Amino acid sequence: MELRGVEVSLGQFHLHADVTFSDGITGLFGASGAGKTTLLEVIAGLRKPDKGQLTSSGQILFDTRRKIFVPARRRTIGYVPQDLALFPHLNVLSNIRYGEKNASTSFSRASFDTICEILEIRKNLYQYPRSLSGGEKQRVAFARALMAGPSFLLLDEPLRGLEHELKEKVLSFLLHIKHEFAIPMLYVTHSPSEVMALCKEVILLDRGRLTGRGKPSDYFLQTDAPVYLLRRDPKS
Amino acid sequence: MSLSASDWKIVGFTLWTAIVAVLCDLIPAIALAWMLARKSWRGKVIVETLASLPLVMPPVATGLILLEILGRRGLIGSWLYRLGIEVAFTWRAVVAAMAVMSFPFILHSGRVAFEAVDGRLEQVASTLGSSPFRIAFTITLPLAARGIAAGAVLAFTRALGEFGATILVAGNIPGRTTTISTSTYSKIMLGKDSEAYTMILISVLLAFSMTFISNIIVRHRTP
Repeated sequence: MELRGVEVSLGQFHLHADVTFSDGITGLFGASGAGKTTLLEVIAGLRKPDKGQLTSSGQILFDTRRKIFVPARRRTIGYVPQDLALFPHLNVLSNIRYGEKNASTSFSRASFDTICEILEIRKNLYQYPRSLSGGEKQRVAFARALMAGPSFLLLDEPLRGLEHELKEKVLSFLLHIKHEFAIPMLYVTHSPSEVMALCKEVILLDRGRLTGRGKPSDYFLQTDAPVYLLRRDPKS
Repeated sequence: MSLSASDWKIVGFTLWTAIVAVLCDLIPAIALAWMLARKSWRGKVIVETLASLPLVMPPVATGLILLEILGRRGLIGSWLYRLGIEVAFTWRAVVAAMAVMSFPFILHSGRVAFEAVDGRLEQVASTLGSSPFRIAFTITLPLAARGIAAGAVLAFTRALGEFGATILVAGNIPGRTTTISTSTYSKIMLGKDSEAYTMILISVLLAFSMTFISNIIVRHRTP
């Protein structure tokens, strides 16, 4: 996944991104309003950038100069938004099978049974989203995105609002997904501890600009207590 | 206080024409409501204003305009007449008057219902590979259905009580175009107060039960 000269303007806010995402889980770290969600929406195809190019596995997903814009439904990029956006009128089974018909053959391994087993949602299949706990909702949202067979997965602060114990549990599910399905993921967060626990690489975003990139340990200090941001750029 | 056979026929005719009118309204009103809620297009405000006019214009004026359009020499009426279809002063005119007068109810309820559907759900559905058509039928419409249904019930109630436009474009021809409202009017004019009150009671009962159903639909929660 490669973004070249991508620019988005939203009133006073300007996002500029020139970045390549590698395999594994890449953390996108930044404060609120840094442009993390905007960047994800651009990659997912939910927002048209003003300028730039995005390619994935050699395929151009958008190129403003050549007037190419592949719509979200043809990108095979999974997206789990902050609010999860589970379909309230569908039960868990229908939610997670919603994108199934569109799953690509490259994701044939990710069968329904495997996903239900890993995410421990089999007992919830006939419940509606309203009756699920926070952690169950998160897992259903992951399952739904996985069932569509994504070639890349975007996770927008998936642990936001969860209590510490539940965070630990969902983190372990994410690690399981990472090992089982080997899908490259972009994990948006403003929590250093989540970056340390999940990501092999972290990209820092500050006020619409990518300000640093490296191993999580280059930026964050792991102590007994919470994890602290060491510095904005390890080279400085 | 009892209904004669002809009064029962009038009630049946009114219910039947009101159902046909609402069915005629449904597809264009839902489509326009979706366009107003989800799309930006030139002339949107003008179209919305025109579609809302029956709510604020005197029904008699709406009826006169309909007569000009649907009469034998009217814009559409003359064309239909050449095809052997007469509209003015037939049951079709009753349906047309009811449909025009009740259209804004479905349109406005539909628009509000579509606006209440979280656009995020549609976005996520698109990232799951769904076409706009599939999203409309699996996400947007089911979530807006309750609001649309409530609007349709209100539109049906409005159609049942329609008078001003109907009497101008369809008249009050016994056995052909007489509805509950026009029959009530005739009975009052002829001094048959008791019969008129029976028809009024039926109108009140129908209006109450339909509005009650509409409120129940709106209050019903997602599972």
